[in-house]
Amino acid sequence: MFKLEARPAPSALMRVASPLFAALAMALTGALLFWALGQPVGKAFYAFFVQPLTTAYGVGEWLLKATPLLLCALGLVIAYRANVWNIGAEGQLVMGAIAGGGVALAFPDASGPWLLPAMLAAGVLGGMAWAAVPAFLRTRFHTNEILVSLMLVYVAGLLLRYLVGGPWRDPDGFNFPQSRMFGEAAVLPLLHPEMRVTVVALLALLLTGGVWLFLARTWLGFRLTVAGQAPAAALYAGFGQKRNVWIALLASGGFAGLAGVAEVAGPLGQLQPSVSPGYGFAAIIVAFVGRLSAPGALLGALLMSLLFIGGETAQMELGLPAAITGLFQGLLLFYLLAADLFVNYRLRRVSPAATPALKEATR
Amino acid sequence: MTAPPAPPRLLLSGISKRYPSVVANDDVHLDIAPGEIHAVLGENGAGKSTLMKIIYGVTRPDSGEIRWEGKRVHIDSPAAARALGIGMVFQHFSLFETLTVSENVALATGLPSAGLSERIREVSNRYGLPIDPERLVHSLSVGERQRVEIVRCLLQSPRLLIMDEPTSVLTPQAVRQLFATLRQLAAEGCSILYISHKLDEIRELCERATVLRQGRVSGEADPRVESNDSLARLMIGSELPSCPLPPGTPGEVRLKLDAVSAKSEDPFGTALDGVSLEVKGGEIFGIAGISGNGQQELLRVLSGETLSEKAGDVRIAGVEAGRLGPAARRALGLGLGFVPEERLGRGAVPALSLADNALLTGARGAGLTKGPWILRGKVNAFAREIIARFRVKTPDETAAAQSLSGGNLQKFIIGREVLLSPAVMVAAQPTWGVDVGAAALIRGALVDLRAKGAAVLVISEELDELFEICDRIAVLADGRLSPSVPTRDASVELIGRWMSGDFTEVGHVQA
Repeated sequence: MFKLEARPAPSALMRVASPLFAALAMALTGALLFWALGQPVGKAFYAFFVQPLTTAYGVGEWLLKATPLLLCALGLVIAYRANVWNIGAEGQLVMGAIAGGGVALAFPDASGPWLLPAMLAAGVLGGMAWAAVPAFLRTRFHTNEILVSLMLVYVAGLLLRYLVGGPWRDPDGFNFPQSRMFGEAAVLPLLHPEMRVTVVALLALLLTGGVWLFLARTWLGFRLTVAGQAPAAALYAGFGQKRNVWIALLASGGFAGLAGVAEVAGPLGQLQPSVSPGYGFAAIIVAFVGRLSAPGALLGALLMSLLFIGGETAQMELGLPAAITGLFQGLLLFYLLAADLFVNYRLRRVSPAATPALKEATR
Repeated sequence: MTAPPAPPRLLLSGISKRYPSVVANDDVHLDIAPGEIHAVLGENGAGKSTLMKIIYGVTRPDSGEIRWEGKRVHIDSPAAARALGIGMVFQHFSLFETLTVSENVALATGLPSAGLSERIREVSNRYGLPIDPERLVHSLSVGERQRVEIVRCLLQSPRLLIMDEPTSVLTPQAVRQLFATLRQLAAEGCSILYISHKLDEIRELCERATVLRQGRVSGEADPRVESNDSLARLMIGSELPSCPLPPGTPGEVRLKLDAVSAKSEDPFGTALDGVSLEVKGGEIFGIAGISGNGQQELLRVLSGETLSEKAGDVRIAGVEAGRLGPAARRALGLGLGFVPEERLGRGAVPALSLADNALLTGARGAGLTKGPWILRGKVNAFAREIIARFRVKTPDETAAAQSLSGGNLQKFIIGREVLLSPAVMVAAQPTWGVDVGAAALIRGALVDLRAKGAAVLVISEELDELFEICDRIAVLADGRLSPSVPTRDASVELIGRWMSGDFTEVGHVQA
C-alpha cells in the first residue's frame, strides 16, 4: 500500500527533475506506440530525434522553429508568473503577422533600412493590441481571460484568411489565397546562408536574458511575481492589480506578435492563410516545461521544436500520420503535469498492519 | 481477587512523533482520570497540536502506547476515536454556513435527522448552551457557532472531550458560561482535556496541568496553586518577560478617522458605522472586540486597501489620505506601517524568501530599489538586519517565509514594518497564536515605537495584551466604535459591556 502525503516544503529537486521525468516517460510511451504501429523502435527514434539534426540545414530548421516557440513562451512566462492565463498567444502571433505584414505590403517598393524595424514594431503592437482586448474585459468587466484570449485566436485566424483571400490577395497569384511576396527590404537577413533561420533567433536569445533579468532583478518583475503568488499580499503592499493584468497581457501579446511578424518576414516571405502550425499553443507547454523561467523556456523551446521537425521526418521516413507531432506534445504535457504532483507530494509506504489495529481500537 | 483501582480514562506513555525536520513529541506521558479537567500547556510549537492529533487519531505516533480505560488501543482515525468516546472541539470551526444547525449536526455525526432537532434542544438546554437547531449557521455569532460544535460532540456522549483554545473567540461573559458547562460535564464523569496558552483560564478551570516544552513534558502542576509566573517558567523555562509601560507624553494627532462608514466586501461581513478616532504620536491606542465586528473592514480602511469616499475621512500625519492606496500611504511623510492579521499570503508571500519579503513593503522606505532595479545587496542586508534585531529563528534570509513558524514569521513582519520607522503603525492581532517569548518581543517593539513618537493602533482580541501595552482603549462592536477610555480607568467589566454593543456607560470618556 502506498499513500500520497504532502511534503513539508515543495521539493526543489523535483521541480527540476519533473520535466526530465516527463521527457523520459514521453519517449517510453512513444516507443510503445512505434512498436504497436509495427515500426522498428530504434529506427523510428533515430528518424524522430536524431536524423533531423544530422545536417546543417536540419539544425537550421530546428532553430527556425525554436525561435517563435521561445518568443511566445517568454511572454507567457511573464504572464503566468503573474497568474494571468493568456491562452491566446496563437491569436496574438497571427495579429502580429498581419500588422507587420501589412506594413510590408503597404510599402512594396520601400528599400530603406527603416522598413524591417517598422515591421517588427508593428508586429509587436499588433500582438499587444489583440492581448489588450482580454486585458480590458478582465479589468473592466471581470471576464475570464482564458476564455476571451482563446476565442480571439479563432477571430484572428478568420481575419487573416479574409485578408489573404480578399483585399490583400496577390493579384498575380492565380487566385491562391495569399499575399504578394514581400520586397527584399522586408525580409529578415539569414543567420547562415545554408539555413533558413533568421537573425531573430539571436534577438530571441537576447530577450531570454532580458526576461530573466526582468523577473529576477527588477521591481516591476518582482511585483508581478508577488501578484501571481499571493494576490492579498500584492494588495497589502499596494501593487495595483489591474496594472499587473495589463502588463502581463501586453507583454505576452507583444512577444507573440514579434514571433508572428518574424515568421512572415522570415521563412514565409508573404502572408498565407496559416502562418503558424500552432506555435502559440505549443508555447504554453514550453513555458511549463521550462518551469516558468526564461532559461527553462529556452531549453523547452529546443525540445518542442525537435518534436515539430521530428514529427515531419517521421511522416516522410516512416509514413506516420501528421498527428504524431501533437501526440508527442500532448504526452509531454500530460506526463509533466503528472510528475509535478510530486513537487508538493511524496509517496510513502503504509504498513499493512494498519487495518487490524483499527479493528482493535473500535472493538 | 480484589478489584484494582479504576484505571485512568486515558493513559499515554512514551509517545514520540518525529517529522522530517523536527521532533514534535518526545517520550510524552499523560494521564487523565475520569471526570478530570486536565490542561495541556505549552508555547507554539511545543507539540500540543501533534499530541492532540495523536489522541484524536489524525496522526499516528512513531512509538509509545495509548491505553483507554486500561486497555491498549491503536487509534487510527477520528472515527475510531469517536467510537471510543473521544470528542474534539477544534479551534477553527468546521461548519457549513449555508446549512442549519441541525443539518450540520446530522452531516457530521451521521445521526438520523428524525427527532434530531429535539435532541439538540434538550442537550443544549441541559448544558446551558442554548441554540435554535433550525437557524442557519451563517446567522450565528462566533460564540453560538462554538456551541454548535460542542453540542455536536455532546450528542455522541463522549467520555473525553478535547477543547483546543476554545476561548480565543469568546467574550468574557461567554467564557464564564463555557466554564460552567465544562464543570457540569466533568461532574457527570466526562474527562476534559483543555488546551490553552491563557494561564489565567487554566488556573481558574483546571485541576491538573501537563506542561510541554520542545516536545517533552517539562512538568506537571496543580494550576490552582501555581502563579502565572511559575506556570510560564515551566512553559518557556524563564521568567515571564514583562513589558512595563513607561508614562508617555502624547504629541500631536498622527492618525485620525472622521465618521468613516464603509460597506463590507464579504457578504457576511460587518459594515462600519460612523467610526471616528484619533491617535496621537507617542501613544498606543487599543481596539478590543471579537473578530467579525468590523475589524477586517476597519483595517482595510486604514491600510488603503479600501478607499474612503472623501479624502478627509482618513488623515495620516496630517495629510488627507482617504483616497490614497496602500503604497501612497506608506510613502506619506514618515509613512504608515501596517501589520495585517493574516501573515502568510497577506503580510508575507509564502513561497518567496525572507529577503524578497523584506522587499515587499520595504522597497521605498529602506531604499531597496533604484530606478527599475532591485538592489539585491541592500535587500539582503535589510532582511539580515530584521532577522538579527528581532531574533527571528531561521537559517538565513534565503529561507522561504512559509518555512518559518507563525511566531517567527510575525517577528519578521513586525520587524520589517518597525525598521521602516513609520509615523503611524497599525497592527492587527500582533501576537495571535504566537508563543510567550515572541509575544513579549513584539509588544516591546510596539512600545519602543511609541517611545520614538509614533502613533500606534493595535487591534486585538486579547484583552490582557491591550491592557498591558495601551494608553487608551476602545471597543469595536457590530461596526461601531465605543468611546475610548484611558486604560488605567478601564475595567474588564466595562469592556465586556462595550463588546455587547452597549456604549451607554462611558466612564472617563475621551474623544
